[in-house]
Amino acid sequence: MPRPGKPEPRSLLEDQPVIASDRIPARDRSKPVTEADVWALLDEVKDPEVPAVSVVELGMVRRIAEEGGEWVVDVTPTYSGCPATEMIEDSIEEALQLAGIRNGRIRRVLTPAWTTDWITEEGRRKLQEFGIAPPVGSSSKLTLKGVEEVITCPHCGSDHTERVSEFGSTACKALYRCLDCREPFDYFKCI
Amino acid sequence: MSKTMTQQEALQEYLLRLADSDMILGQRLCELCGKAPALEEEMALMNVALDLVGQARNWYEYAAELIDDGRSADELAFRRDAHDYRNALMVEQPNGDYAVTMGRQFFFDAWHYFTIAALTKAPDERIASIAAKAAKEVQYHLRRSSEWVKRFGDGTEESHQRMQTAVDDLWRFTGEMIEADEVEQTLFKAGIGPDPEQLVADWKGLVNEVLAEATLTPPPEDAWMYRGAKVGHHTEHLGFILAEMQFLQRAYPDAKTW
Repeated sequence: MPRPGKPEPRSLLEDQPVIASDRIPARDRSKPVTEADVWALLDEVKDPEVPAVSVVELGMVRRIAEEGGEWVVDVTPTYSGCPATEMIEDSIEEALQLAGIRNGRIRRVLTPAWTTDWITEEGRRKLQEFGIAPPVGSSSKLTLKGVEEVITCPHCGSDHTERVSEFGSTACKALYRCLDCREPFDYFKCI
Repeated sequence: MSKTMTQQEALQEYLLRLADSDMILGQRLCELCGKAPALEEEMALMNVALDLVGQARNWYEYAAELIDDGRSADELAFRRDAHDYRNALMVEQPNGDYAVTMGRQFFFDAWHYFTIAALTKAPDERIASIAAKAAKEVQYHLRRSSEWVKRFGDGTEESHQRMQTAVDDLWRFTGEMIEADEVEQTLFKAGIGPDPEQLVADWKGLVNEVLAEATLTPPPEDAWMYRGAKVGHHTEHLGFILAEMQFLQRAYPDAKTW
């Protein structure tokens, strides 16, 4: 889902007098900060457990707004006990600081609860490329009994797969195996 | 509990019950880290534990704000003794064999599922938002533990026998868990938490359905039930859990460096 006003990625260090960071694209500090700048910055902050996608692509950043002289970033954690939550919040703060935005503040928002429906198209494509099958279906249609969705192998594209475990290496993933190419893979659970 | 209990007092007490049950079950499950019967099961148990500890923290944080006596969420978790803990007796029971681990999980998950579902509708926004987050996780837990009860119950002769034994042994801890006392009644009247009668009916309905599918015999309706956890009377197991869980915080209060 392309965000309106999201600027084209700028090349690192171009016309920049100082090296701001080796990771975060430097911001032109002669201009005032815009909401689009902050979105672009945070699109470079990765989930430490799923480094292929950014926290924006995962749908964890819900809102960015200037309130009373502060840039407030609303962040919704994926799981209650996700150990990456603090690290992600620290990374966001760090990204803001490195870009020279000192008046940033993170607000943890629990409701509405995060859902995999918020992962962007781009995020889904990157997950797939990274070897993680993106969530299938819509979380709102899940029932208590659950439905067995057809999960496509991210390696060979086969639909001939089976679930090994409801849980994978992190809270957000389940473990699958492809019955054609025989490769195991992670599936990003639909919640 | 005095008759003059205010809604505020009831809420503080209730938040501690939710937090303590999550915390103690999370701690129990973590005992299996490195010892689970299969790698996939180990990951699953640790993930469930992680969800529960995360939920516990959310409840403790809110409880600490309401109690407002200077104690933090960490202090509520790590500096209260057994008589101040309010977790369900069910969750402090030892892991036993895997039928016990999964039976305990299923009985708790079924209670947790209906309770959390009701809490998502609480007029208190903080409660509703913590519950909304937890609801997705708990639904997943319940689906998994129900599957194990069915697989063991409707499995081999030995797995059936062990699952039936686990159900029979754990049953005595279900009564107090699902039945409301003054705290829950008070809160229900304020729109917080499940309708006490409905909760019992929902829990029994689901449990009987899963036990039937698992070809297991439900224990008798009039079975004797252990009580006391809601006023701090626990089985002998809780003290040992707390000893392990709280050692670091008590030996090195406010330890900041790992």
